[in-house]
Parts: sequence; structure tokens; C-alpha cells
Amino acid sequence: MAADEAYTDQGEDPEVAGTVRALCADFDNRPDALIEILHGVQAAFGFVPEAAVGALAKSLNLSRADVHGVISFYHDFAREKPGRHVLKLCRAESCQANGSNALAAHAESALGVPFGATTGDGEFTLKAVYCLGNCALGPSVLVGETLHARVDAAKFDDLVAGLRGAKG
Amino acid sequence: MSGATVYVPRDAAALSVGSEVVAEAIAAEARSRGEDVRIVRNGSRGMLWLEPLVEVALADRRVAYGAVQSGDVAGLFDAGFLTGGDHEKSLGPTEDIPYLAKQERITFARCGVTDPLSIADYTAHGGFAGLQKALGMAPADIVAEVAASGLRGRGGAGFPTGIKWKTVSEAPGETKYICCNADEGDSGTFADRMIMEGDPFLLIEGMIIAGLATGAAEGLIYLRSEYPHAIAVMKRAIDQAQDAGYLGASVLGSGRGFRLEVRTGAGAYICGEETSMLESLEGKRGQIRAKPPLPALEGLFGKPTVVNNVLSFAAVPFILDKGGAAYAALGTGRSLGTQPFQLAGNIKRGGLIELPFGHTLRELIEDFGGGTLSGRPVRAVQVGGPLGAYLPESQFDLPLDYEAFAAQGAMVGHGGVTVFDDTVDMAEQARFAFAFCAIESCGKCTPCRIGSTRGVEVIERIKAGIEAEKNLDLLDDLCETLKDGSLCALGGLTPMPVQSAVRHFPEDFGRSAGSAAA
Repeated sequence: MAADEAYTDQGEDPEVAGTVRALCADFDNRPDALIEILHGVQAAFGFVPEAAVGALAKSLNLSRADVHGVISFYHDFAREKPGRHVLKLCRAESCQANGSNALAAHAESALGVPFGATTGDGEFTLKAVYCLGNCALGPSVLVGETLHARVDAAKFDDLVAGLRGAKG
Repeated sequence: MSGATVYVPRDAAALSVGSEVVAEAIAAEARSRGEDVRIVRNGSRGMLWLEPLVEVALADRRVAYGAVQSGDVAGLFDAGFLTGGDHEKSLGPTEDIPYLAKQERITFARCGVTDPLSIADYTAHGGFAGLQKALGMAPADIVAEVAASGLRGRGGAGFPTGIKWKTVSEAPGETKYICCNADEGDSGTFADRMIMEGDPFLLIEGMIIAGLATGAAEGLIYLRSEYPHAIAVMKRAIDQAQDAGYLGASVLGSGRGFRLEVRTGAGAYICGEETSMLESLEGKRGQIRAKPPLPALEGLFGKPTVVNNVLSFAAVPFILDKGGAAYAALGTGRSLGTQPFQLAGNIKRGGLIELPFGHTLRELIEDFGGGTLSGRPVRAVQVGGPLGAYLPESQFDLPLDYEAFAAQGAMVGHGGVTVFDDTVDMAEQARFAFAFCAIESCGKCTPCRIGSTRGVEVIERIKAGIEAEKNLDLLDDLCETLKDGSLCALGGLTPMPVQSAVRHFPEDFGRSAGSAAA
């Protein structure tokens, strides 16, 4: 049906819309795959751009409110571009037992941003998570798919310095 | 046998302390010395303070070295570790290490022993024997075997698995589902993750058997996004099982089909609640559903659905292979079989400890764990995740059994034990319990959505010494409202850590230790 082409959302971004359409097609435009598709959108752009909401709604035959509701429900989905590195610091009980609250305070002051925020240079986003399943070796920090154990202030600083130097 | 076989875990906990660079260092050192070494990336044995735990296969046993860092590798070669040579990191034969030797491993029998992504290794160690038996049985007989085992849901609620399967099996309808809850969000727990990374075919086998028992041809594993390694291993294992004919249109040519896929969660703790998980699997907000209807009758897409935890499915292959009675012979009272306990937090020797029910917390914390990592006295342990009770040392002789814990206002839950030393502020832990509930509440019911935030405020007033007694009464009242009025366990159980903290550690709430309310 040509309606898909004819109807244009306000502010539709052709790149985002094209990516969303391709991702949805991979899942046969099944609305129950919305969360998997959102992971795909986030993998492509680093976050879920506002322009994706309308495109997802159209492809999956959902309302924009449905899509928005799902995006806003789950902690994983970012609505703004995150830093080049997202530092996920575990703030749950087992890590607390090994000093993660002090580590959290150190992380905020070392990066100069509170949890949920991105540093001014766009390098780091600091994110609180609740359990990385490494509870016997905490405090734990996940960066990308790399898990770090027994992180104290010094190890955190080394980690940040290493990432700052790393390219890509 | 030409060359040596060396095991270096690829479990996420092992990776977090450097097992990848250790594996690379061993490969490089072997190359430069012209040694023929085969490196197997196994799961973890669960002795996490010894990770990276490197093992070498000798003719009749495996010997362990740990915790190995890449700087140790050249020395290990010099010491002849490929033939079991002695080194300062030597731990002797792996199976003789007391931490492992004292356990009774059924679910974790293979974890850390085999190559997680080798079907040949899995079958050589007894894998798929339960499935072979199940394929020759009538569905009702499979259900009866599981019922006879006394297996109860290992996710935390402890509902008898056999009854759940029977309900789904007898429910009318062509389409049914098997859903695995692998949203292991409780702090202090990692057993599901270890199985999925260390023995993924065990979960696959358990889920296929559930499908045969109930007439379901489709399975989904809801796996949390915080576990990228487990997701990768599970997906590869499913592909392999498909290629080998264990999954697909006809399981091992039986004419009965079973398909399986992984769905990735998105960072919502509430999706570990079964109805919320089902909503999420349908691509929706993870808001919980009122029960009834039970998921067993109206679950995923309104169809009859088995929802079980990873460890519940993982116990099933043994039960089918060795018989329900063999499983039920272990344990105590109505808590039968084994529970993989997870020792976490401020603990010297944290890890995975599988034991029959009936052992005590003290054995876990003192005998296995060796006390705190900090060396300070243990003050409190939280058992059963963020919704479990905080217990003081005086309760450590409580037997680990569903009923004994419930009688004390506590729960075994998913078997996580988080240890705190004497620097812990229990009022702060109680505040955190409410704060966590506020962050993770799905918002569907008022007691949880609003009560959690009010709880944080009340505890902050108590901590500030503002009308402490009056606010403690108010806190109690609020807790009762959450317990009675919440739709699910998040709101219903958040009072457990809060009230247990007040009851057992009144001095942290401005009450004298002697004035503890009953």
C-alpha cells in the first residue's frame, strides 16, 4: 500500500524511519517483538530517537502512545544520545555490602555528573543498575559487554582513564 | 592423548576478574614454548573467589590453580602445570577442594566441568538422558514423575512444579507455551546466569521435557539484558540444539515439535514477576496482571503457559533420568531436593553452593564462606534477594527450608544470601528497600506505587530522629497496607526487609535493643 510512503510524520527522519522499517520487517512487523526491535534501534543509534516512535507505530500497527509507553517503561531505553561509554554501576545490596555507595559517590564526583547524566565532553554516561549477577565479587561495573569486579575508587579512575584514551 | 587440555572459564564472573587475558596468555605462552595445548572455555565451578580458576586435565583427574592472573602464566609453565606440577597457586585436585567436595551437586553437576557449547561433551556427561526417557513416556507420566520429585518453583515462590505442569497439561487448547523466567534480578543471586553460561543445554533439555509433558510446542526464555554473556551463550546453544535435531519440528524424530527462542529483557526488575514477564514477552509495558486467571490457564497471548525459573527447568532432566524419588530422597520436610545457594556480598569465599534443603545459614556463611571479606564481624544477612528478610546472627541456625524460613517471617527465595559486616546501617538498608520498590514499581497498584515513596520519606524522618516512635508506628501501618493491598510480590514483600530490619536491629532506628517490638 502506498499510504506508507504518502503519510509523513512531522519531523520524520528518513534515516531513522528506514532503519526502523528494516528492523520491523526482520520480525515480520509483529507487535510482540517491539522490545527486541527497540534494542535494535538502540544498537543502531545509541538511543531511541523521537523520530522512531511514529515509524515503529506505523510498521507495527500500534498507536504512538503504545510505543511511547513501552519506551518510557523500561530503564534500558535511552531517549537522548548517551556518552561514548556508558558506565553501568551496580547499586544493589550485594555491591552495597562491599562499599558501592562510596564508589557511587566517587563516580559522581570524578565524572562531575550525577547518575543518569552524560559528561559535558560526551565521553561518559553514568548509569545506576540493580544487579549484574556478579554478587560475590562486587562492587561491579559493566561497560559495554565488559564486566569489571571489585571496583574501588582507584580502579574506577583507572577504568575511566583507560576508556578516555581508547579510540572508537 | 596428545597435548594437554586446560580449562579457563568464560563465565561472566571469571571474565570480570580477568579470565580472558589469562586464556590469551596461556595460548601465547604455549605457542612460544611449542607446547600442544587445547584450551576449553568452560563455565565456572562456582568458587568465585578463586577465579580465574584454571584447571588442567590429567589422566584420572583435574587439578586446579587459582586465582590465576596473566602474570602467573609463565611461572605455571615453568612449574610444569600441564602435568599437574606444583605452584604457589596450586589448589590440588579440583574435586577435593572442600568447598566443592562438601556440596551435593545435581543441577550444577556439569557446570564448570564441560565445554558449555559442546553437545558431545554434554551427552558424554549424562546430558539428554532425561529427554530420551521422556520421549518414551506419556505426558501424564512425565508430569507424575515431576510431581513425585517434590520439586517446587526455584524462582522464589516455591509453588509445586508438578501441579503447575498438570494444570497446563490438562488445560484445553492447541497452542500452549513454555516460558522460562531468566530475569534473575535479585541482588545476591547468579545461579541462573551460571547455568545459562556454563551448562545451557541443561536448560534447553528441561524446557523440551516441559513441552512434551504439557503439549506445548513453543518455548521462550526471557533473559535480562544485564546478562550479555548469558544471552550470547544461550543463543548459540539453541542454534546448535536446532542443528542437532533436539529442537525443531520433530524433536529427535519423535514427531513432536519444540521451538525455542531467547527474548531480551530491558532493565525492569518487575519483569521477574511472572505476569509482568508475560506482558513484556508480548511486547508491552511490563505491568503486572491480576490473578486469576492463572498463567497456567491464560498466560502468554491468553494461552495456557508454564512459567518456571531457570533452576526449576534445570532440575527436571535429573528427575526424568534418575526418577522423582531419587530427587525427593534429598532435602527435608516439604522442601525436597537441592537448592543452589548463592553466597554473596561481604564474604571471603563467595560462590555457588548446591546443597539439599535443611542445612543452616551458619554453615553457608562460616564453613563455606569463611566470614566477611572485610574481616569484621557479620552483622546481618539478607536471604532471598531485595524482598527477603534481614537476619541477625541469632537466626543463623535456622534450617534452610521454605517452611522454617516462612515461620520466621523470612524466605529462602531464589537462594541468594547477601552478607553485611558490622558497618551496615540497617535503617539505610530499610530505606533502600523502599527506594528500590519506588524505582521498580510497575505503577499498576496504589500501595506499591505511592506507598514505596511514602516509605522512603517515613524512614528518612526516623533516621533524622523526627518523632521516631510515631513514625515507626506509621511505618508498620504502611507496611501492612503494602502487604495486604498490593497486587504482586514487589509491593507485597517490600515490607519484609523493612520490618525484619526494624525487628532485629531496633537500635538502628532509634529504639533501644531491648525494646524490640514483637
